[in-house]
Amino acid sequence: MSKVGTDRVKRGMAEMQKGGVIMDVVNAEQAKIAEEAGAVAVMALERVPSDIRAAGGVARMADPTIVEEVMNAVSIPVMAKARIGHIVEARVLEAMGVDYIDESEVLTPADEVYHLNKRDYTVPFVCGCRNLGEAARRIGEGTAMLRTKGEPGTGNIVEAVRHMREVNAQVRQLVNMSVDEVMTYAKELGAPYEVLLDIKENGRLPVVNFAAGGIATPADAALMMQLGADGVFVGSGIFKSDNPANFARAIVEATTHYEDYELIAKVSKGIGTAMKGLEISTIAPEQRMQDRGW
Amino acid sequence: MVRIGVLGLQGAIREHIRSVEAVGAEGIVIKHKEQLEEIDGLILPGGESTTMRRLIDKYDFLEPLINFGKQGKPIFGTCAGLILLANDIVGNDNAHLRLMDMKVERNAFGRQRESFEAELEIKGVASDFEAVFIRAPYIVEVGPEVEVMATYKGSIVAAKQGHFLCSAFHPELTDDHRLTAYFKEMVEKANEPVLQGV
Repeated sequence: MSKVGTDRVKRGMAEMQKGGVIMDVVNAEQAKIAEEAGAVAVMALERVPSDIRAAGGVARMADPTIVEEVMNAVSIPVMAKARIGHIVEARVLEAMGVDYIDESEVLTPADEVYHLNKRDYTVPFVCGCRNLGEAARRIGEGTAMLRTKGEPGTGNIVEAVRHMREVNAQVRQLVNMSVDEVMTYAKELGAPYEVLLDIKENGRLPVVNFAAGGIATPADAALMMQLGADGVFVGSGIFKSDNPANFARAIVEATTHYEDYELIAKVSKGIGTAMKGLEISTIAPEQRMQDRGW
Repeated sequence: MVRIGVLGLQGAIREHIRSVEAVGAEGIVIKHKEQLEEIDGLILPGGESTTMRRLIDKYDFLEPLINFGKQGKPIFGTCAGLILLANDIVGNDNAHLRLMDMKVERNAFGRQRESFEAELEIKGVASDFEAVFIRAPYIVEVGPEVEVMATYKGSIVAAKQGHFLCSAFHPELTDDHRLTAYFKEMVEKANEPVLQGV
């Protein structure tokens, strides 16, 4: 008797991505560059986050043609984004055989109240989080992988750093708590009690937590690994730099050897100019993607 | 205590270390080729085989890994690790370490939505092993020196050739450490000093 879509199969898939870089791509050509550079997976999109930010309007699931083109171009796993709470976009991506779905704040939310019930699906999900409460709620809904929200499309690492530090500090706090205190902490965080108990018992989150939202250089990727990320997502940082293949290779190496500073110096030399960044305070509050979802 | 390394370039490294420690061996993450000299056996973990191969090439790991195996040191490859060990890969002329005489197919069971877990009989190890398959490969055919240890619906999913062991599934994702214990015994055996005649 075989079983598909179990927690072990879904979470295990994300475990296999650890120490790796997942890259945003918008066509087959970019997907091949990413695979060649050593990406562990690609995220198929219609536009990278910085272009979504620039274009404005409603950002939706990518055209299935693009997703299919990317799936046919590479043998590594292919992820795709669905809008928060958009049951049908998620089901369509699942039906197409996408390997992982990102229920993503980069797209315009379809539901401002409810996230997807991710336990219902065979395909695994990754969701963004800024703190332990958000992480635990997503785990409660069945996400098999987490990532920081950061502030997508900015090339500015500050928000991803904030979110990674916040989650890890709260996990440490929880682990050191007495069990009597956990229910009150659950109330404060708005987090499911059982999920917190599980984290407390195991001393860590039950799913991997990658960094995302603002990674633009090899040093950024290594920084996030040092802060405890299990791996990194790079959105606009690669294909908005002036030499994507160089940036992609260098970020992969810096992620693997995040404590080898000589190597990071070496791979960062002469790779070209990183994407132009965006200072967070210049973004109008309603344009902040990290505030989407809850 | 034998020392078992886990190739630490990418993938499920921590889980294998945990499993190695659970069966009473010392687990060491191998990030540099020089570290191969410190260990008695090596695990090639699950992950993305294309990514691992790129990093293997980048850090000149290929020859040292092949030599490690040719010196008689045991190697255990799981999922992507199984692909690295094979001497023939369907649709790819560039096999990696070529240490096991077998032809393998990547993602042979399908994409992630087809990934599954099932109970397996593994010859000499267990009759009820909980095997987790994730975008798993399988072995299409084996040479005469390869012993088939497990099959799932007719496809070969675990095999052994001398001091090389491989599985298409992920023993490191469960608390069932029997296959890792089996590998540890292989390492202990290979590590025994050759008795000199008196």
